[in-house]
Amino acid sequence: MEISENKNRRWAFIIIGFFALVSILSFAYNEYYIYLSAYLWFGFIYGMCLQYGRFCFASAFRDLFAVGVPRMVVGIMIATILFSLVSAFVTMTGLSTFHAAPTGLHATIAGLIFGIGMVFAGGCASGSLYKTGEGNGTSLLVVLSISVTQATFVDIGGWLDKLVPASWHTSALAKKLPETISAGEGWVDQYLAGYVWNQPIIKFSKMIGFSDTSFVGAFVGNFLLGVVIPAVVLLLLVYFFWVRKNKAENVSMGSAGRSLRDDFAGYWTMIMSSKRTAIAGLFLGIACGLQMFVIEGLRIKFGVKNAGPLLAKMGHDFGLSVTGTVFDPGYWYVTTQEAQWVGWLFNKLGWNNMGNIYFGLNNGIPNPAINPADWMSLALIGGAAVMALLSNEFKFKKPLKETVVWALIGGALMGIGSRLGLGCNVGAFFVRVAMGDTSGWLFGFGMIAGACIGVKFFSWWTERKMAREMASIEF
Amino acid sequence: MAMKFEKIGEAQYALDVTGYVCPHPQLYTKQVLKKLWRGDVVKVMFDNPSSSESIEAMCAAEGNMIVEKNMVDGRFTWKIKKG
Repeated sequence: MEISENKNRRWAFIIIGFFALVSILSFAYNEYYIYLSAYLWFGFIYGMCLQYGRFCFASAFRDLFAVGVPRMVVGIMIATILFSLVSAFVTMTGLSTFHAAPTGLHATIAGLIFGIGMVFAGGCASGSLYKTGEGNGTSLLVVLSISVTQATFVDIGGWLDKLVPASWHTSALAKKLPETISAGEGWVDQYLAGYVWNQPIIKFSKMIGFSDTSFVGAFVGNFLLGVVIPAVVLLLLVYFFWVRKNKAENVSMGSAGRSLRDDFAGYWTMIMSSKRTAIAGLFLGIACGLQMFVIEGLRIKFGVKNAGPLLAKMGHDFGLSVTGTVFDPGYWYVTTQEAQWVGWLFNKLGWNNMGNIYFGLNNGIPNPAINPADWMSLALIGGAAVMALLSNEFKFKKPLKETVVWALIGGALMGIGSRLGLGCNVGAFFVRVAMGDTSGWLFGFGMIAGACIGVKFFSWWTERKMAREMASIEF
Repeated sequence: MAMKFEKIGEAQYALDVTGYVCPHPQLYTKQVLKKLWRGDVVKVMFDNPSSSESIEAMCAAEGNMIVEKNMVDGRFTWKIKKG
């Protein structure tokens, strides 16, 4: 056992050493690489936090519905509140990198599809990344499925174009996008340019009539109204509908019945029920807010608004969008960079996929080796691997035939849902909610509904299988 | 290897969900615990770390006791006594 513990520790330090070497050597080669390294180390921190706290957005509602366990809902709300608090400070300084998304029913539908997918896949988008770092082959398949689905979905038209409402087509063409972008073709292009972009952007700060950079807008609007109050209400609902009725709670109450004091105590116990998740949520929330600050600071230092011009200055101009930009959110994000590396690969294999909005207009398909967001995702996997190795939880796990099927289906649904919602559990829910963007909650409601559907299916599926196993057993 | 559940002795059972990701380990564990009599023990084998938190929380909520916990190289073997 000691030998394997030493081996795990050695591998953990090899991974850390590798990332450190990449950062140092790349900086020595060109100081602009520090921009990519900033993404790398924040990704590394995210990976460590996620693995330590078993932090998975899928688990939040899936485990609530499946086995009545609220720990992840609590963890996510803690992380969201902290992220929102730090972000409110950052936003007030005018240094936020965040852009709110259009709000509408499409966010909820996207969340629904994504929610079903994440239950099938066994983890959300960020969850699948960190579990890949634990050695989980099924999760790696999920990541591949998300990536390939997205890269394909954003560029297909043909018969799918026949499903596009005429109003979307007309509105997309009226946007007069650059000539190289064929906004009038492709289902996703017409969905984006012809429908989504026409929807309003609604932030809580604006709803109460204040700007984002004002104290009232940032703290009262986005933080208090947009996050704290809904989070407290959500957790109260969880407490009353799931936790309050559980056996252990009621046994400890005894025959005297339940008082308001008991309910306060029960609510607080629920909040503190998983220290690991709460600690992970704490660090995650703070790191997410800090990343915005750091990236914006680097942009100011280098005189750029996006990593695209930076990459061009470094001599990397392949795969930049028609506007000279690449995907550079400035905060934690998953899924787009996964779509990008597959998009890059498809392009190298001969697929002309720079004519769509997703790759061609803003995000580009730079080489994954110099894509800042890809550095973040790879380091997330690395950070999770380090944490798993240090706690001797790392194990290469070959997927079972059954889990391969769920992984591919789940990943595909997540890929579709994230393109429709313009983000995943991180980009479309966690970040948007924390930043006071109403579309975040709409995506979240869809995710909850999707998780419920996914759990109902798996409950039925596993009950069938267990019934067969139990058939010959006498209890 | 697919999910396996068997009786290994008087009031002793084994559930092997090695290789499965969430939510399968916790769903199968829940189904087994529903069927057991008070005092029965089930040995649950899994290798998905995040399921450990869910199973532990589920047992605490339902009044089931985890009487033994082992983890070697990412493989968890827990014994749960039905409360």
